[in-house]
Amino acid sequence: MEPTPDVAMTKPATRRRGASAEEMSAQQREISVSEFFAKNRHLLGFDNPRKALLTAVKEAVDNALDACEEAGILPDIRVELLQRSETRFKVTVRDNGPGIVRRQIENVFGRLLYGSKFHRLKMSRGQQGIGISAAGMYGLMTTGQPVLIISKTHKKKPAVEILLKMDTSKNRADVVSETEHPEDDGIFADGHGTQVSIEMEGKYQQGRQSVDEYLDQTAIANPHARITFVTPTNETVDFKRGTNELPPEAKEILPHPRGIELGTLIQMLERTDRSQVGGFLQEEFSRISPSVSRDICAKAGITARTWVKQVGHAEAEAIYKAIQEVKIMAPATDCLVPIGTKALLSGLLKEVKAEFFTACTRPADVYRGNPFLIEVGLAFGGELPKDELIRVIRFANRVPLLYQQAACSSFKAVLETTWKNYGISQSRGSLPEGPIVVMVHMASVWVPFTSESKEAIADYDEIRKEMKLALQEVGRKLGIYMRRRQRMRHEGERRSIFERYIGEISQATEAITGTSARRIYDSLLKVAKRKTEEADAVLDEEGRRVKDADPLRKDDSVIILPGRAPGAPEADEAPRSGKVQGKDGLFGDDEPRSTRKRKGTV
Amino acid sequence: MARKAGTGKGVREETLGKIGNLGTAVATAALAEHDPFVDVPMRTISNTTYSEARRLLQMGDATLRRNLFNTAQARKFMQTVLLSKGCKDLLEAQKTLSLRGMYYKSLHTIAGTNEKTFEDQEESDGILEDIEVALATLRENLHLFAKKRGTMVGNITVVDNGDTIDCRHMGTGGYAIPSICEPSVIQFGKCEAKFVLHVEKDTVWSRFNEDRFWETHNCILTEGSGQPPRGVRRLLYRLNKELGLPIICLLDCDPWGHYIYSVIKQGSINLAFESERMAIPDARYLGIRAADFERCGLSGDVKISLNDRDTERAKQIAEYPWFAKKKPWQKEIQAMLRNGFKMEVESLITKDISYVTEVYVPERLKAKDWLD
Repeated sequence: MEPTPDVAMTKPATRRRGASAEEMSAQQREISVSEFFAKNRHLLGFDNPRKALLTAVKEAVDNALDACEEAGILPDIRVELLQRSETRFKVTVRDNGPGIVRRQIENVFGRLLYGSKFHRLKMSRGQQGIGISAAGMYGLMTTGQPVLIISKTHKKKPAVEILLKMDTSKNRADVVSETEHPEDDGIFADGHGTQVSIEMEGKYQQGRQSVDEYLDQTAIANPHARITFVTPTNETVDFKRGTNELPPEAKEILPHPRGIELGTLIQMLERTDRSQVGGFLQEEFSRISPSVSRDICAKAGITARTWVKQVGHAEAEAIYKAIQEVKIMAPATDCLVPIGTKALLSGLLKEVKAEFFTACTRPADVYRGNPFLIEVGLAFGGELPKDELIRVIRFANRVPLLYQQAACSSFKAVLETTWKNYGISQSRGSLPEGPIVVMVHMASVWVPFTSESKEAIADYDEIRKEMKLALQEVGRKLGIYMRRRQRMRHEGERRSIFERYIGEISQATEAITGTSARRIYDSLLKVAKRKTEEADAVLDEEGRRVKDADPLRKDDSVIILPGRAPGAPEADEAPRSGKVQGKDGLFGDDEPRSTRKRKGTV
Repeated sequence: MARKAGTGKGVREETLGKIGNLGTAVATAALAEHDPFVDVPMRTISNTTYSEARRLLQMGDATLRRNLFNTAQARKFMQTVLLSKGCKDLLEAQKTLSLRGMYYKSLHTIAGTNEKTFEDQEESDGILEDIEVALATLRENLHLFAKKRGTMVGNITVVDNGDTIDCRHMGTGGYAIPSICEPSVIQFGKCEAKFVLHVEKDTVWSRFNEDRFWETHNCILTEGSGQPPRGVRRLLYRLNKELGLPIICLLDCDPWGHYIYSVIKQGSINLAFESERMAIPDARYLGIRAADFERCGLSGDVKISLNDRDTERAKQIAEYPWFAKKKPWQKEIQAMLRNGFKMEVESLITKDISYVTEVYVPERLKAKDWLD
């Protein structure tokens, strides 16, 4: 790498080469996290105007949902996109959450890596504390406009309106203006909530990976949330609630010893308040009892009474190795809150116009010491496109993942499932084909994303294995339904064949024998019904009980809407969202489905 | 006033009874909430046997049960009952209908659907044959007839539904042989003819008629437009049985000609149940023979090469039990296969316009050179 002679002769080159350590140190200074991300905004999902708009909405909505749930409030969220010019939008997201206390506003919205979620192991949507502040920063950078925050924490307290301007070099925000609204200005119907408005460069386009798709999928995974979306063309889309039950609150847990790396262990040893190793292990980790603690220490060649201060690098490494060898209980999994098959179904039911729905929640498992749990939902048939590859929608802690599908563990799990076993065609190495939406949800205290913009779940063996097991479970149910549908169609044809000829036969027989055509007809119809009882059972509108032992009928994780199946007598209106929840018969087996369907429609 | 057509009272009552039984069986099964059915004898070669003693084909006992509650059979079952009812109407009205007429009579759109009772006449024709065998009756007894085919001329007088017809004065067209040739419809009058010459098709028949062959040789001249319809076969049978006239056939030298002869002589596989009243075991095959190409000194232009289908069919025919034991026939078929070509009766015209009527047939008749 020799410089060419004439360049080498120029002064600057000579000077640079001769730069002293002193001179160089003048150039060296701390880089604030904000500065780093300002230059690498693609890492946070702001690589292009369209994605930037989506990311801003996503971060704000995720925060809103988290806040509402933590406060035990059924989320009611309003998203508004106001188009200022061709490339400029004002994104406003308002929630009915608890609001943010005044002194925290700058921190929450103005600092990167500031948040309540990074330092704890608790299942939540956000985890790093980057999202919303990054969106505000992006807005400031592209339009120069500060972020507008209105927060109201109590009915009787005034709403606070604040304009915030990020200072990237200091990783904090300056308040441009601050106003109090002593009177309830009416924007928070519940008397509390937060509204954030960011003016930013963006591009609004519907379709895949759009704001619409994100909200659509959010509604599926969060049937307890009501979301109102006002589009740039001033249309209002209402995602109604599918259930009024708030998901139970997730518990916070201590890290599991198996989940940490040596570096982290050393760091924890440096920071701990405990003075002895035994106490350190028991207090800072989950699943370490005094006896397990003693085992670890023994294996590491120290005792539980060894002073933490005396643990050097070698000892730390010994402890780390011992942790891997000693038998430790798997982490508690009650820290995970699955969406649950019932809510999954009601989410799919209200947003996907299919005829068959099933869902499954796997028991929790552990990867790298982090408990996680996989859920899969599947919708088939109805108005879904028939000749296309199936659609995979992915979620992590109820947040839709719209980008980098191919890099995601869930996508690979779908590819590796043998869909042919369930009557679905699949070309080698590609997604299966058919009118299917598959939904994969990973719930974990720490979702291993492949990047900070949280687009794909990293491909851990344990995770992929669980995903495949879940896919197989819903696949089997789909297979049963597919075979039954085939049979139903066949039986349906049979019955209609018989019925259409019975009239002719009865009349001709009356003409020959004089026996009443009516009597012959009625008798033959009885035989026809008996012969095709199964088809009858499914098509029966009168609510006669079904006697067959259909495994799907008693299955709570399956919903079938025969009215949406092709060739159904009448294509009923889909059940309206918001009315299918609860125990009104959707999930029990006391009433015939057709009646339920009507109930839902009324 | 229109004359009453069809069969006599006795046969009619009997046939009506049979249709009534079919209907009653359906009604009884229906009211008992069972699956109604009709048993239809099978009209296949597997259910056809050749009686050495009687020298004709007979239908076996195998039947196929046609159920209503079987998706593959439901439509046919409906058609069977529907056409049975149609035949009952016909018998009660004492009228006859063509197969096509019956098809139209029973054709309508099924209530509440856009499906027709029959797609085409072929569908109804097949069912009518089923009814015929299922009721062990005859098409004629159901007052049905087929499209007229076949012509007759010669030294005979017949009475057709009361009209006297002198077949000696039929001009160039001849007497069209009716579809129903039962004694109740056709009676024979005065007959001087000593035999019947049956030719394959009407082009050859016209040649013979123009040359007044029936006059010079005192015979009856018939044709059946290829495979003769039931009317022609029934008429030939009656001429043979009732008037004792030998039936001599002049057909093409190819497997199809051979099979026409076979049907006239032993009966057909499809209508094996009617052999007894149609097969003429004493019929004779005059020609064309495989040897005629050389014997008559025909030009090579008349040869029509045997194709694979012809060869295969010829071998099948050679294996039919009623041909298998006849050495002359085995030789004849082998000779044709060796020739590698077939010949039509018209090929004799290459010698002379009237060679067939003036030389070929008279010589063969005189020499009694025919196959049994």
